[in-house]
Amino acid sequence: MAGHFSALSLLRQATGGHRRWTAQWRDAAPAADYDVVIVGGGGHGLAAAYYLAKEHGVHRVAVLEKGWIGGGNTGRNTTIIRSNYLWDESAALYDHALKLWEGLSREINYNVMFSPRGVMMLAHTQHDVQVFQRHIHANRQNGVDNEWLTPREAQRFCPPLSIASDSRYPVLGAALQRRGGTARHDAVAWGYARAASERGVDIIQNCAVTGIRRGPDGAVQGVETTRGFIAARKIGVSAAGATSTVMQMAAVRMPLESYPLQALVSEPVKPVMPCVVMSNTVHAYISQSDKGELVIGSGTDQYVSYSQRGGLQAVAHAVEAVCELFPTFSRLRMMRSWAGTVDVTPDRSPIIGTTPVPGLFVNAGWGTGGFKATPGSGHVFAWTIARGTPHPIAAPFSLDRFRTGRLIDEAAAAAVAH
Amino acid sequence: MLLIDCPHCGPRAEPEFQYGGEAHIARPGDPSALSDEAWATHLFFRSNSRGLHAERWRHSHGCGRYFNAVRDTVTDRFACTYPTGTPRPDIADKPGETR
Repeated sequence: MAGHFSALSLLRQATGGHRRWTAQWRDAAPAADYDVVIVGGGGHGLAAAYYLAKEHGVHRVAVLEKGWIGGGNTGRNTTIIRSNYLWDESAALYDHALKLWEGLSREINYNVMFSPRGVMMLAHTQHDVQVFQRHIHANRQNGVDNEWLTPREAQRFCPPLSIASDSRYPVLGAALQRRGGTARHDAVAWGYARAASERGVDIIQNCAVTGIRRGPDGAVQGVETTRGFIAARKIGVSAAGATSTVMQMAAVRMPLESYPLQALVSEPVKPVMPCVVMSNTVHAYISQSDKGELVIGSGTDQYVSYSQRGGLQAVAHAVEAVCELFPTFSRLRMMRSWAGTVDVTPDRSPIIGTTPVPGLFVNAGWGTGGFKATPGSGHVFAWTIARGTPHPIAAPFSLDRFRTGRLIDEAAAAAVAH
Repeated sequence: MLLIDCPHCGPRAEPEFQYGGEAHIARPGDPSALSDEAWATHLFFRSNSRGLHAERWRHSHGCGRYFNAVRDTVTDRFACTYPTGTPRPDIADKPGETR
């Protein structure tokens, strides 16, 4: 393995002509059996495996990924991190994640390029203003930073923003979470994979799960895969858009629907966007990567699909909104667009916890906003799998809430597409 | 962008239509007799099929009428559209197609 990263080790590689880099994690072949099998090698699944090994002493863990790690939604999102959610349950969950983000590079000894550059959400109508101010007060009650900016203050924080009063949706103010920001999405998958692998976790790529085997008592016995049967005492499904399909293998129906969600990047330009700007009303969010590309997110398409493709009209809609907010970007060329498959719940909050099948656990329904939760999601899911009972922060996000009616209706708080 | 064959108006571009969710979910006949589980199933649990999926569309910028469609959610190709109130046509998943 590659050993510990430090300034000295990087300098040694640099002076050595970068010829001595080795693989950062073992590309493992499946063993016959494991204590825990995680289905899905995205950020959430890899993080869960890491915390299982690190905090719960479970070392016989495999992460099964049908493609390559971080090749699904982890590598397709717009990398925005924030925790200014309305309800107490959500604020606790997302702020748990944000606190882990703040120390993550040190924790896993891998630079995830976490950049708390501030996330600013624009208000364009009187209704927006009232809703955002309510959010700000609710967030402060929960110890989550969020502050109100006037249009002029918003423009001072983000100079390219147009606050012209004659625009179609004038900026009436903004809610700013300074602790929010971005991180490098690939590095999150790679960093967790490396740290988990070092602790003995097997990361098995090109291994699609095709079935879940259950014993006469109904409990899980293992998974059928394209690389043979793998026995497991516990199975944690963390498969985003494919969750319904995987859970169906154990005859568990999920309150999920999978939609395409698109994003795009511009040609790289010099630093111009100092923060993340989101607008629910005109449906766009935008930030600038360290490479210089403007990263733009659009809304979901309206229909269920696993195609990982979306309609051009969704992208055009986002670009129109961006050009309205930032007229100076109107001549930038867009380089690439793509889509991920997001699993959306009826209340737009995730599902983390146990299932009716003994030994089967699920972490899904992160919808359009799962990246920001990656460390917190993995952390509470590992706890839940290890102890067989939900982590206190995860407990309200049970699958059972759709029966009891205790929904966590975050539709108004999430980024776009509701 | 999808090209959708409205059974009443013919093929039109997707922006003329509104998606109406999964089709053939009947409202319970005797709501007060329903258990919590049955209510949850009716309100929240969906097939989310990977492959052929029966769904409702409304031609909101055309005739304004709802109709049903069977569409492959992997390729996004429509297998057929049919009027509301008629049963789902018996179309099998094509074997051998990559899922």
